[in-house]
Amino acid sequence: MNPGPGRRLIPAYLVTGGRSAPSGPALDRLAVLIRTDTDLPTGTGAEQRRLCELLAPGALTVVECAAHLDLPAGATVFLATDLVASGHLRARPPIPRAGEIDRSLVERLLVGLRSLH
Amino acid sequence: MDSVPSTDRGGVGYLPSAAETLMKLVVTGPFGVGKTTLIRTLSEIETLHTEETMTQAGAGLDDTAGLPEKTTTTVAVDFGRLTVQDDLVLYMFGTPGQERFLPLWEDIARGALGALVMVDTRRLGDSFAVMDLVEEQGLPYAVAVNRFPDAPAHPDEVLRKHLDLDPGTPLVQCDARERRGSIDALIALAEHALTRLPASQEPS
Repeated sequence: MNPGPGRRLIPAYLVTGGRSAPSGPALDRLAVLIRTDTDLPTGTGAEQRRLCELLAPGALTVVECAAHLDLPAGATVFLATDLVASGHLRARPPIPRAGEIDRSLVERLLVGLRSLH
Repeated sequence: MDSVPSTDRGGVGYLPSAAETLMKLVVTGPFGVGKTTLIRTLSEIETLHTEETMTQAGAGLDDTAGLPEKTTTTVAVDFGRLTVQDDLVLYMFGTPGQERFLPLWEDIARGALGALVMVDTRRLGDSFAVMDLVEEQGLPYAVAVNRFPDAPAHPDEVLRKHLDLDPGTPLVQCDARERRGSIDALIALAEHALTRLPASQEPS
């Protein structure tokens, strides 16, 4: 089987295996996914394999992975959650202190935006 | 037929390892108002998109007349990315402003800094429903008037009056194809969002 990237091989609704909830807490669309060095076992699904291959050279958010793999964001959350549970991916929340947006963050955003002028 | 690979490894803009904090905002407005243009102007990666499928009751939708009660809509969400400081990256999601996309909207708007509502002066009325939707979500928003070359120019105060804007809501006129003005629109939104946040607590 050629596991190379390409058009998705199975319909999006089958990616989830018919489940309505992933195997762990749902990931944020902007969670950063990082490939670990754990090898994928034989029998790993084609979509899981494509996601891991996409992430081999570097990190991307869930929604960027969805766009590159031509999958809906929701289905990609499912895939990524399972691969995090199995140790093949690591996920980092978009904002480190898991908190909400606070003033210092927006102030830093403003400094950055003004410097882009 | 073999399809062209959709993943061109050379074209994947991987995140810099320093990018620790990721923020997002919503760019919304009626169809054709220039959401994707603005995102393309600002994004450091090629604009990406996902296709989101929504299933919902079809009652009351004028474009599903004669169809069964449930309908499935596919919505394309365009987005881009802008690194504003080494460790701080801003994502911009272009989201249609129609009420029927509400479930998608809520998902994308959760945790967002705010919304940039884009307006075309030739069809101001199309923006009312969008502003209502954003207000219902409780998101801070700024209005960005996209100055199309063939659209009549109006002073800010005339536009504010026609849009019935709250005095505190920023209004910026820009050309979505032009970087400086588009950044000004983001700055106006961020400044406005800041006024809505509680005063910072001193770290104890």
